[in-house]
Amino acid sequence: MSVAKPLPHDAAPLHVTGQARYVDDIPLPVGALHLAFGLSTIARGRILSMDLEPVRSAPGVVCVMTSEDLPFANDVSPSAHDEPLLSDGSVHYVGQPLFLVAATSHMAARKAVRLAVVDYAEETPILTIEEALAADSRFEEGPRVYGRGDVPAALARAPRTVSGRFEIGGQEHFYLESQAAIALPQEGGDVIVGSSTQHPTEIQHKVAEALGVPMHSVRVETRRMGGGFGGKESQGNALAVACALVARATGRAASMRYDRDDDMVITGKRHDFRIDYAAGFDDDGRLLAVDVTHYTRCGWGMDLSLPVADRAMLHADNAYWIPEIRITSHRLKTNMQSATAFRGFGGPQGMIGMERIMDHVAHDLGLDPVELRRLNYYPSAQAVSEDASGGRISAKMKALTPYGQVVEDFDLHEMTEALLASSDYAGRKAAVAAWNAANPVIKKGIAFAPVKFGISFTLTHLNQAGALVHVYQDGSIHLNHGGTEMGQGLFQKVAQVAASRFGVGMEAVKITATDTAKVPNTSATAASSGSDLNGMAVKAACDTIRERMAAYLAQVYQADVTDVHFADGHVTVGTERMSFAEAAGKAYAGRISLSATGFYKTPKVDWDRIKGDGRPFFYFAYGASVTEVAIDTLTGENRILRADILHDAGASLNPALDIGQIEGAYVQGAGWLTTEELVWDDKGRLRTHAPSTYKIPACSDRPDVFNVALWDGENREDTIYRSKAVGEPPFMLGMSAYLALSDAVAACGAGYPALNAPATAEEIWRAIGGMGDEL
Amino acid sequence: MKITFRLNGETVTLENAPVTATLLDWLREDRGLTGTKEGCNEGDCGACSVIVTDDRGAKALNACILFLPQLDGKAVRTVEGLSGPDGTLHPVQEAMVTHHGSQCGFCTPGFLASMACAHLNGQTDYDDRLAGNLCRCTGYTPIIRAAEAAASEPVPDWMADAVPEAEGGSEYAPSNSDELARIYHAQPEATLVAGATDVGLWVTKGLKTLDPVIFLGRCEDLKTIDVTETEVRAGAMVDMERWRAAMADLHPSYAEMIRRYGSVQVRGAATLGGNIANGSPIGDNPPALIALGAVLHLRKGDDRRSLPLEDFFLEYGKQDREPGEFVEALSFPRQADRLRVYKLSKRFDQDISAVCGAMRITIEDGRVTEARLAFGGMAGVPKRAAHAEAALRDEAWTLETVTAARAALARDFQPMDDMRASAAYRLDAAGAMLARYFAEDQGLVTSVLEVRA
Repeated sequence: MSVAKPLPHDAAPLHVTGQARYVDDIPLPVGALHLAFGLSTIARGRILSMDLEPVRSAPGVVCVMTSEDLPFANDVSPSAHDEPLLSDGSVHYVGQPLFLVAATSHMAARKAVRLAVVDYAEETPILTIEEALAADSRFEEGPRVYGRGDVPAALARAPRTVSGRFEIGGQEHFYLESQAAIALPQEGGDVIVGSSTQHPTEIQHKVAEALGVPMHSVRVETRRMGGGFGGKESQGNALAVACALVARATGRAASMRYDRDDDMVITGKRHDFRIDYAAGFDDDGRLLAVDVTHYTRCGWGMDLSLPVADRAMLHADNAYWIPEIRITSHRLKTNMQSATAFRGFGGPQGMIGMERIMDHVAHDLGLDPVELRRLNYYPSAQAVSEDASGGRISAKMKALTPYGQVVEDFDLHEMTEALLASSDYAGRKAAVAAWNAANPVIKKGIAFAPVKFGISFTLTHLNQAGALVHVYQDGSIHLNHGGTEMGQGLFQKVAQVAASRFGVGMEAVKITATDTAKVPNTSATAASSGSDLNGMAVKAACDTIRERMAAYLAQVYQADVTDVHFADGHVTVGTERMSFAEAAGKAYAGRISLSATGFYKTPKVDWDRIKGDGRPFFYFAYGASVTEVAIDTLTGENRILRADILHDAGASLNPALDIGQIEGAYVQGAGWLTTEELVWDDKGRLRTHAPSTYKIPACSDRPDVFNVALWDGENREDTIYRSKAVGEPPFMLGMSAYLALSDAVAACGAGYPALNAPATAEEIWRAIGGMGDEL
Repeated sequence: MKITFRLNGETVTLENAPVTATLLDWLREDRGLTGTKEGCNEGDCGACSVIVTDDRGAKALNACILFLPQLDGKAVRTVEGLSGPDGTLHPVQEAMVTHHGSQCGFCTPGFLASMACAHLNGQTDYDDRLAGNLCRCTGYTPIIRAAEAAASEPVPDWMADAVPEAEGGSEYAPSNSDELARIYHAQPEATLVAGATDVGLWVTKGLKTLDPVIFLGRCEDLKTIDVTETEVRAGAMVDMERWRAAMADLHPSYAEMIRRYGSVQVRGAATLGGNIANGSPIGDNPPALIALGAVLHLRKGDDRRSLPLEDFFLEYGKQDREPGEFVEALSFPRQADRLRVYKLSKRFDQDISAVCGAMRITIEDGRVTEARLAFGGMAGVPKRAAHAEAALRDEAWTLETVTAARAALARDFQPMDDMRASAAYRLDAAGAMLARYFAEDQGLVTSVLEVRA
């Protein structure tokens, strides 16, 4: 079987030779046009006049469009129809597209857009949380609140409490391939779109709306993205729609890619959060009540902010049972880029809010932070399954999340034990203390963090997928499904499923580009759901064909259908053995349909997001990490020295690809919490709009020692080969880097560090300054 | 401009190379070689890395800020040229597949150029070799595994690049400093291009049309480094990688700063003269050189003059350089190494300094005999800390003296807030660097880069 083998990424040989083709690498027909947006330079106001004559007369310019030139829908929003492709006269952030230029080259288009003379009536922008609250500038009518119990009373009763305020910065996706799209005009007003998108169906939908045609007139193809991370779930709409409009208007192919600075200035990022918290607990460290308030800056458009903020709330408990809890969420509308999906989708922000509380409580009690965490963990899966009491303090009751889902698969007790042993946590904690006693300038810190992440789209209807599989008469297999490839290895994992169902080698399976003409109505490849959903849909399609072949061959060879087996590239029917190719040829000759669709919908999920009650998640994925860091107490400079990770991918479909996801996610998560700082000025201008000023981790920022292992388990739910989703959950393993930095700062004095994120060198310097004891 | 270079083993002659066309755009748009990627278009991400070979050997460079005329007489190898003529994968390509070094694959061609170049040169300091290649998917670990796995494999014979004869036909590509002096004197409005790591961005980001442009790359006489008993002298066109190597023995702390100052792709192109002449308040070489007591040598036509480096920087954006005058060389006295250079930035590698502090403090019998402190990022120009120096000079080398000098820094500098750092942090960090210098003298561990788990 191909499944569970550590095969390399299917496109690796193409990646390493430069043959892997991304959208901007696709050869264009003669006469193709290149597009660029003219961008607003103010954060809020109205356009008084826009002189585009200098743009029109610039060298190479063929076509200039404003909102008045758009024949149909002027909207590229994925949710609330509140994001015009081109400004309707109002301006909502610095970098908003105002007009569109098509020229004979990318450079000509970029040069031309800078020639516009735009006059604005500028208004005071709403930028900060305080400004948004004061103006009641928000999405939804008011804050959303989930929870249980009488939290103020419980806090008042609690023997001990801590409270604080925690700022958590956003994050730029920095996919290496910036947003890109092309459109090729077809006969009869149809269009073919190539898009670097996680969501081809939405591209199709938005292009159709903009062209005033049914979705059947638009075909979208996505072979691969050069990274996505959520940043290509909705943010590619504008480019694809712009290309389609120009293709329609000129009859010429159109191509658009954002220059990196434009990409960073135009597109949304991870939501930043402020979390105000209070926690009540007893002298042993048992949590009694938690009150958290999330304030998130959503930017100017709704985009995906509501489900992002919901998911933050759904992860505010992380791995802990909290008897009484209140989670309040303010989704603030500000004059900035519209914040969007980013790996974890709010989960990381909610979760690190809880880990900050645990860090604070441990410091308050002087308890070992790991012991405190274990004391408050949800009960183990075994305890829950064996619990028949139903009593007031039963395991089942303590397995109940603040939103009414029972945690039935909690493996963190065992995983924690295993990781503490494999990482020699106790020994190294003692060594860190010894180091700190001996070294006045460089301090070390070590910390543990658990992750429990809910798997499923919280918008229940998105939990569906389709597939299309053909078996040709020579036994070769054409594989297609609705998932998109952004580097995560989804195509390879799903191909492993297909090969396993037919019992053939991987060479028999052709992986093909995602194509809205092959599989319709797909969900975004998001929420870590790619292999769960598409793997099952492909399995269904393969099994349909396999059953047809088996039934036919059983009839031909007078055998029982249960005696037909597909394995090792062969089909055996009783005592007959033939190659899969021969079997396919026979089935074809026997007039058996060798093409099938497959469909899957996730069972068990049922969620009411207004009440905050139900089962939003099919299951949870778990992980745990230990990180050791060093800080320079003079300047706050810091470094990750070692990371140890144990992560639960269920019965892994491909351990090599899963470990790759974990390693990469950890570094990306640690980057979010350390060096990656977004800075806007008081005019709402993003000052960190290129890699010269926005610093994602570089090669030497990875941990010197980096041990990553998969937890040896399988999914208790019936997922594809009992695997678990792995895209997002390990991102949050990076929390242990933040906690280790907090631990190192704590070695500088008696106070609680109260580090904000990202814990840049300056933030650590600031925190050390507040620790009381001068060293 | 007529140029000849080799591309993946084949000779290419361009009769009319546009002077500010980048190699990246030409590869992708004119040549159809789309393996090399555009990630940032400013030399920070390395997705466009290619191998460029000249008489000094092979190095990885960023094609996005490399103008075509800079390639005259050189050989270029892109990702498409790493495999053998029969399609045999290069060992680093093979290892990247086996060790799962690519995920989305977009940064991969650039990584491979850097890795194949390191492999060719027998370099195994991978964290440095790959500091200029950003990857957002893998967390780098599998890429390093791949590089290590391929290290012992022989260099494929097709990787040997012969260097063609340069055309050198244009007066805008002078072959020595005398020619340069003449044409620049005649056309002082011209833009001088040394390594293009700064000027390149005027084109790719500023979208400027530069005309005329004078390329200095062929002025070999500006590339000399002379170290005598009494003096160290370097030509303006010494690239930062060669300068790092030269400083490694003389002033290792300075060399370590240069290692972090830019990736190999940047260091291989950027020049010492360029980093001074552009007048940036955050250029990292000037503080170190000022602390060393460097003298700048300028030339205009046949006239030459020299001045202390700190006097070259008049105010933000303004230097003591006349039209038609260029930086010819730089020199400083040979001296015992008491220089420490500390670079503070959000990320250790390939980042612009929030503060760059360079300090040379000589101690005799427990007293400070000389103190030269210079900082970048603290003012509109690289600047000496006169008050802090005075607070140190002739004082006992003690914590009290250091504390007094730290306090004096507030009279030397009123730094600003920006996206890299707040003013308060800058000022305190500058003082912290002095404290670190002292702590280092006391034998304490003072660098997180030297600490291991």
